[in-house]
Amino acid sequence: MAAYVLRRLFFSVFVLWGAVTIIFVVLRLVPGDPAYIMLGPDADQAQVAALRAQLGLDHSLIQQYATYLSNVVRLDFGQSFRLNADSMSLVLQRVPATVQLASTALLVSLLIGLPLGVVAALRANTWIDRGISVFSLLGQSTPSFWLGIVMILLFARGLQVLPSSGSGSWAHLVLPTITLALPFLAILVRLTRSGLLEVVHEGYVQTARAKGLLESTVILSHALRNALIPIVTVVGLQFGALLGGTVIVETVFAWPGVGRLLIDSIGRRDYGVVQASILLVATIFVGINLLVDLIYGFLDPRVRLAGD
Amino acid sequence: MTSEPLLSVRDLRVEFSTSAGVVTAVDGASFDVRRGETVALLGESGSGKSVTAQAMLGIIPKPAGRVTGGSIEYDGRDLLALPATATRELRGREIAMVFQDPLSSLNPVFRVGAQIGEMFRKHRGASRKEARAEALELMRRVGIPAAEKRLDDYPHQFSGGMRQRVMIAMALALSPRLLIADEPTTALDVTVQAQIMDLLARLQDEEGMSLVLITHDLGVVADVADRVVLMYAGRVVEAGPIREVYEHSAHPYTAGLMGSLPAIDGPRERLTPIQGAPPDLLDLPSGCSFRPRCAFASERCADEEPVLLGAPGRPAPHSSACHHAGKVLTDAP
Repeated sequence: MAAYVLRRLFFSVFVLWGAVTIIFVVLRLVPGDPAYIMLGPDADQAQVAALRAQLGLDHSLIQQYATYLSNVVRLDFGQSFRLNADSMSLVLQRVPATVQLASTALLVSLLIGLPLGVVAALRANTWIDRGISVFSLLGQSTPSFWLGIVMILLFARGLQVLPSSGSGSWAHLVLPTITLALPFLAILVRLTRSGLLEVVHEGYVQTARAKGLLESTVILSHALRNALIPIVTVVGLQFGALLGGTVIVETVFAWPGVGRLLIDSIGRRDYGVVQASILLVATIFVGINLLVDLIYGFLDPRVRLAGD
Repeated sequence: MTSEPLLSVRDLRVEFSTSAGVVTAVDGASFDVRRGETVALLGESGSGKSVTAQAMLGIIPKPAGRVTGGSIEYDGRDLLALPATATRELRGREIAMVFQDPLSSLNPVFRVGAQIGEMFRKHRGASRKEARAEALELMRRVGIPAAEKRLDDYPHQFSGGMRQRVMIAMALALSPRLLIADEPTTALDVTVQAQIMDLLARLQDEEGMSLVLITHDLGVVADVADRVVLMYAGRVVEAGPIREVYEHSAHPYTAGLMGSLPAIDGPRERLTPIQGAPPDLLDLPSGCSFRPRCAFASERCADEEPVLLGAPGRPAPHSSACHHAGKVLTDAP
């Protein structure tokens, strides 16, 4: 097991290297010279040239990439010229807010999505199942930015029961959480339903019934444990989508997380902050996927032994 | 062995809804299982033998399948009339079952010790430690070598024969009075088959329980069964003491099965298969279902469905559902 984790960690380094390289290339492909954007339209050529030199933009791309990589390794993304502070610390300050939002959304999705999926499977092809299916289809196909705005109009402007933006209290968390959780929850419902329907006809479920176990034990212990195996994989991959969703949701609800910082920084070509945030998000994603693989091995002993 | 039956199935009817229509998987089956006795339920795939077993256990897959008639009396109580909680409590405690494929019948994600121990934990409220000790004892009893080490193994780490031993240990955990074994050796190697049959026979002897052996293989049950019940297209076509039925078949289907068996001590000759194919349950012929494959078939067989009656001229427990039972008996070699 330890060897497996080490091997995975080793490969993770390459994944992160790929991520930072893509950021580097994409940022330089985006039109607009950062020096111009930072100095504004009134700046003269000399000022721009000076700033370009200061930012290292006058070097060749290869040189810039080498400097960039060595800085990344030291987690040094330079000063944010927009906010006049160390880029990485700026990002790290925003992490707790994003983690709070993402983990609440994940928790809500699991707490609602799994039971709904189980109910849909147990009542397959009844009106209850169809109702849940329609709900999850809607949840999966509703764009977050639209849902977020509708929620603000409904609950903040119309009913005035919840704050429309900002953070600080649990009330502030409600609307962003729902908006972020809904698509994830919807996928979870569908996965749980189909996963459970696939295993309820398995021999071991029949055996569990033949053993005289309570139907709840049969479903929740014997069947669901097996149905969860493929679900966990998809949940891990979908968590990336959830992280991506925070960018939109944080912007809509002015939630002070990494996503919103990222959007603002991209707009202002604040390279350091953009690079630091993306590296951080990529690291979280890689970490979650490693965790998912470990959970997978825990859930399915056949995988655990094959890996040893 | 007392004469009072432990289990009495009467006119059992089970239907399944399929996309192609409603199938009557079991159509008026009746038979008894006495205390301590081994009854072989014989028939080919689709004859309704496994569905009959599921009905006895109350685990017909819903909502596709449902019992539409008859009764299953166990120890004086009609299982079909009991509330679901009552039949659930009988399962495992009084009536246990061993399935055909031990790999798919054991839960792949739980350790075998825990799967056996679950019987004690859920039915008897045993502690984890007690359940583990009981599971170990059972694994030893069914002949699993190094049982202590194997308690914490998962089903995929066992061979087919050992898995079936685990299944048997699980079924025997609470000393049931009736064990139903549904093709317990079909998925196993021939050498292992004999070991498992011997184990079942030995355990039945020790426990004094009744055993219903479901199989399509006449040979497997020849040595262990007291009585045989033959099913064809959801109906019982012949029943009686096993030697009596094998030696004096009073139904053309049984006679055909016997004729298709190679004899190890007889002259070498071509085997005689039963003509035609197993019936389509969605489109059964009128009258006797076996009629299209039967050499004895007459007009009466198409008009009138034969009922199970005493085989003419044979001792009492032997019965056959054939209009021409007498002729089958005299024509047989």
